[in-house]
Amino acid sequence: MNKEIKPLKFSGKWDFDPAPESVDHISLKDQYGLFINGKFENPQTSNYFPSVNPANEEHLSMIAEAGEKDINAAVSAARKAFDGPWSKMSAKERGKYIFRIARLIQEKSRELAVIETLDGGKPIRESRDVDVPIAAAHFFYYAGWTDKLNYAFPNRDPKPVGVAGQVIPWNFPLMMAAWKIAPALATGNTVVLKPAETTSLTALKLAEIIQEADLPNGVVNIITGAGATGAGIVNHQDIDKIAFTGSTGVGKIIMKAIAGSNKKSTMELGGKAANIIFEDAPLDQAVEGVINGIYFNQGHVCCAGSRLFVQESVYDVVLRKLKDRIQSLILGNPLDKNTDIGAINSKEQLGTINKYLKIGQQEGADMFQLECPIPKKGFWCPPTLFTNVSQSHVIAKEEIFGPVLAIQTFRTIDEVITKANNTPFGLSAGVWTDKGSKIFNLTSQMRAGVVWANTYNKFDPTSPFGGYKESGHGREGGLHGLTPYLNF
Amino acid sequence: MGAFISPKVDKVGIEDRVNRITKRSIKKEAKLEGLKMALNMVDLTTLEGMDTVNKVTQMCYKAQHLHDEFPGLPTVAAVCVYPNFVKIAVNALKDSPIKVASVATAFPSGHSSLDVKITDTKMAVDAGAHEVDMVISRGKFHMGDFGFVYDEIAAIKQACGTSVRLKVILETGELGNLDNVRLASDIAIAAGADFIKTSTGKIKPAATLPVTLVMLEAIKDHYYKTGIMVGMKPAGGISNSKLALQYLVMVKETLGVKWLDNHWFRFGASSLANDLLMQILKQSTGAYQSANYFSKD
Repeated sequence: MNKEIKPLKFSGKWDFDPAPESVDHISLKDQYGLFINGKFENPQTSNYFPSVNPANEEHLSMIAEAGEKDINAAVSAARKAFDGPWSKMSAKERGKYIFRIARLIQEKSRELAVIETLDGGKPIRESRDVDVPIAAAHFFYYAGWTDKLNYAFPNRDPKPVGVAGQVIPWNFPLMMAAWKIAPALATGNTVVLKPAETTSLTALKLAEIIQEADLPNGVVNIITGAGATGAGIVNHQDIDKIAFTGSTGVGKIIMKAIAGSNKKSTMELGGKAANIIFEDAPLDQAVEGVINGIYFNQGHVCCAGSRLFVQESVYDVVLRKLKDRIQSLILGNPLDKNTDIGAINSKEQLGTINKYLKIGQQEGADMFQLECPIPKKGFWCPPTLFTNVSQSHVIAKEEIFGPVLAIQTFRTIDEVITKANNTPFGLSAGVWTDKGSKIFNLTSQMRAGVVWANTYNKFDPTSPFGGYKESGHGREGGLHGLTPYLNF
Repeated sequence: MGAFISPKVDKVGIEDRVNRITKRSIKKEAKLEGLKMALNMVDLTTLEGMDTVNKVTQMCYKAQHLHDEFPGLPTVAAVCVYPNFVKIAVNALKDSPIKVASVATAFPSGHSSLDVKITDTKMAVDAGAHEVDMVISRGKFHMGDFGFVYDEIAAIKQACGTSVRLKVILETGELGNLDNVRLASDIAIAAGADFIKTSTGKIKPAATLPVTLVMLEAIKDHYYKTGIMVGMKPAGGISNSKLALQYLVMVKETLGVKWLDNHWFRFGASSLANDLLMQILKQSTGAYQSANYFSKD
């Protein structure tokens, strides 16, 4: 690039006025109990912990902490419901309840989106256009399977496994609850679900929806708390299946804990996905895909495209385009409809991300960030990229779970396949090229559960999702997502 | 012909990006500022077989008196007419900053000899046009004769001289796909276009957001290669303010704030101006006024 050519400027003229989504239509209680057997109950621990808005550190609500007795109550309610009405109900009737939940999510989509954004810090654009619609879509999709299981698995006589214990993360709270609950109910199981402690609110709103849908008591139980509550569910004797989405570290602990038990499991764990740009790719759209791949939801995405591989011949152009696009992103109030980058989910996670930013610089990589004012309160990290990175850098090896991209170059397709697979993770990958044969060559050799071609971070309930290697096992979504909840 | 290799375009990716751009929410001061900016970028246009001296004169008056009841409004950027009306327009606008643009080169089809096209261009230039809007030879483009398309643009650019700015109309509605839009943009820019323009307004679809995004990316790549800024003019089919603001968001987020100026961005439209006026007044007074209060010339 000619040095005399000034970089383009994307702000300083016609900057947009704030356009915040209103919050006056939502209803949040001061305090939430545990949703057990169709009712909100006070926790037997008598403990409550606060839920805060990570964008301004303001208090939102108090959340109950479930202890051993509460977990026992939830599991026994689920067992009773499984032995009772739920397994005796016709499949068609079961489907009606799930359709009803889906419709209620749609009806309350605006409220759910605002609460998701308040509680988790993600931009309203994403909670409104991605999280909530996908959550509803999962219930709709799996509701349709309910009375067709015998056709899905001909001559195999599918039967529900029983009570499912489900532990979900804080990055897509409502959507993950839907991914877990919808297939479990469609296959005739009952559920004890625990949302992450920083983002319990939409799961509790979902509990209210489940009440409104008049689902038989105990079919879905939602109990809140931190790691100890999750461990209590995992280790409970009367649970038949564990579904976990979260970090690889916790996934390993769970697998050790349930070893030797009769529990089935699905694990959807960490990732360090390779996003690969070939020289013949549609570069502007590839850059957009890379931006969407790593900065979507502040990079709090297990399948985030956090390692970018660019063919050397287009490296300079791609880097310049990436930097320009980063400068046109808007960071700020997550409730603002124009916000692209919201708040980091928690103080703790911001600490982890900042630790990696420091490591990257100490390792000698070059850091580039969006230049923008950072709000004084709350937890924030501007979109960041590192150049001058190799496979040996910590920032290219470990999952950061933040808006941090590590860029490397490659020369040949074989080289990039080797590097892309050179990781203990294997959840997802992306490839950008105009040549179809290259896509098929690469995708067939990629050790990753999902490979996107000329797009990234596209989710659909009909499509199975899950990992290779230490990114987990089992699939969620699609026909594949039914099997972990069935015995044959 | 192998000399023209353009970057590939992915339609799905372009549509995703456009979708995101259209979700920007422009409120309050930014909305008013955007509306005024858009009004200042309009090329008021009449390109009809039934154009007359009186019609052109009336439009030129309108261009200078958009809505006199509301002081402080910007003017439009230019009026756009056929070559035989250039003198009328130049005369009518001689005391204003408004430019006169003329279509030329056997507009709208472009089917004629180079000599005729150059004569057509010179007629507009000699009559005092500040800007010439030419059409490319789409037939030759589809035949793969990109050299012909390039040479023709270069010849018309020469006929324009150094002070008249050349807008090159790609007629994207006839190009078939976005890869062709990108290729035609690159050819026009390489041949010396000061502006690239989507459409004649005679073919549907005329300007669209995806097509404009592809053209803006071509302008951006050229800027980073040469440091030279090229203007952009979507034309046809942009009739309301909301859509105009979406175009401006696209310009801002693709090319940056330098292009947010009528020297670098124009709307080819005739009915857009009144909708912008109506919205500007609404932003200022809080109430919509009847369309009957806005003159139609």
